[in-house]
Amino acid sequence: MKKAIHYINQFFGQIGGEDKADFEPEIREGVIGPGMLLKSKLAPEVDVTHTIICGDNFFGSNEQEAIERIISFLRGVEFDLFVAGPAFMAGRYGFACAKICKVVQETFNVPVVTSMYVENPAVEMFHKDLYIFSGGDSAGAMRHDVPAMAAFIKKLATGQELLSAKEEGYFPRGIRHESFTDQLGADRVVNMLLQKLRGEEFVTEMPMPKIDRVAIAPTIDLKNATIAFVTSGGIVPVGNPDRIQSASATKWGKYHIEGLDRLAGGEFQTIHAGFDPSFANDNPNVIVPLDVLREYEKEGRIGRIHEYIYSTVGTGTTQADAARMGAEIAQQLRDANVSAVVLTST
Amino acid sequence: MVKEIERAGITIVQMANLVSIAKTVGANRIVPTVSIPHPLGDPNLSKEEEWKLRKHRVGVALESLETGLEEPTVFEVKF
Repeated sequence: MKKAIHYINQFFGQIGGEDKADFEPEIREGVIGPGMLLKSKLAPEVDVTHTIICGDNFFGSNEQEAIERIISFLRGVEFDLFVAGPAFMAGRYGFACAKICKVVQETFNVPVVTSMYVENPAVEMFHKDLYIFSGGDSAGAMRHDVPAMAAFIKKLATGQELLSAKEEGYFPRGIRHESFTDQLGADRVVNMLLQKLRGEEFVTEMPMPKIDRVAIAPTIDLKNATIAFVTSGGIVPVGNPDRIQSASATKWGKYHIEGLDRLAGGEFQTIHAGFDPSFANDNPNVIVPLDVLREYEKEGRIGRIHEYIYSTVGTGTTQADAARMGAEIAQQLRDANVSAVVLTST
Repeated sequence: MVKEIERAGITIVQMANLVSIAKTVGANRIVPTVSIPHPLGDPNLSKEEEWKLRKHRVGVALESLETGLEEPTVFEVKF
């Protein structure tokens, strides 16, 4: 029987929520949380012998140390496969799952598998390096995502023939695999052209990568500039007057800060549900650093600070909503002749 | 959001903890922050040190706005 090790974060490891996101990596025997489902789906060909738990913030903020500690745990155990997640739409968790998978694959030369939602930034970052299964956007998809990964892991463990990325259900890694068909390339391409001319559906054999880069905006003359703050860290006046959602936000707010030297705790707070809010509630300037920018304004380093801050919550937010809100805020900034923006994210 | 604001022609710097994600998503000017719950603060420091840290990093962000770039750039912070 092959042995697998499962990586999960503090939440799925049942350590705690955001207040425990600094949880340092640990290895435990047996399975926890989603590992139970994974274990049952992998039996009898594969056993999940150990679980590694690491807090998402610990991994994000101490990446090298987290990796070193986890690798040293793994040197002490025997294993054939490494599985992480599923991470769904969780950005930090997705990054941790994919990054640790990549390092484990390189260090131990074993197959690694993870799963997350297509919009998780780690998909774009790591899909060429490892098997990332296309998962749902919330933990509600667990019952689908874990069995999908498990079926593939079983194939890896038993050496069964692997099908294409699309057929297996993972994001294409950009690796071409030779296969034979009874139609010549010339026939296929002419058929495709005819389908296109007739307005029929066709599937290209050579998809072109889509790259959406924005041209770098020019430099500004700070002394005469109006600088605005935008944040995805959920800083709002206490009471959250616009009722911006604490996760999966679809709304943003703008808040008047003219005449304020700093954002005072008790007047502003964060409503972001993706991290422990105690630091920012105590001192909101750790997310929107108005206090120090005001000092730069007084020193004459910048022209002036725009009279509003713009705020939303960037956790579980879809790319489509983020792009729409960004465009809406951009319109406001242009109308107000703002020269430049400092955007803080959490 | 960074991209849409920059697409509108407004110069923008993103201060982010997960720099690699900011890069992937397409930010062009990036300044690293301390952590996720306190991007520009550190409860382990004294009030004066914390202020210095915040002022330094925001200062680097301001410098990035007056720096002409050929490619997306992560600006270095000293502390």
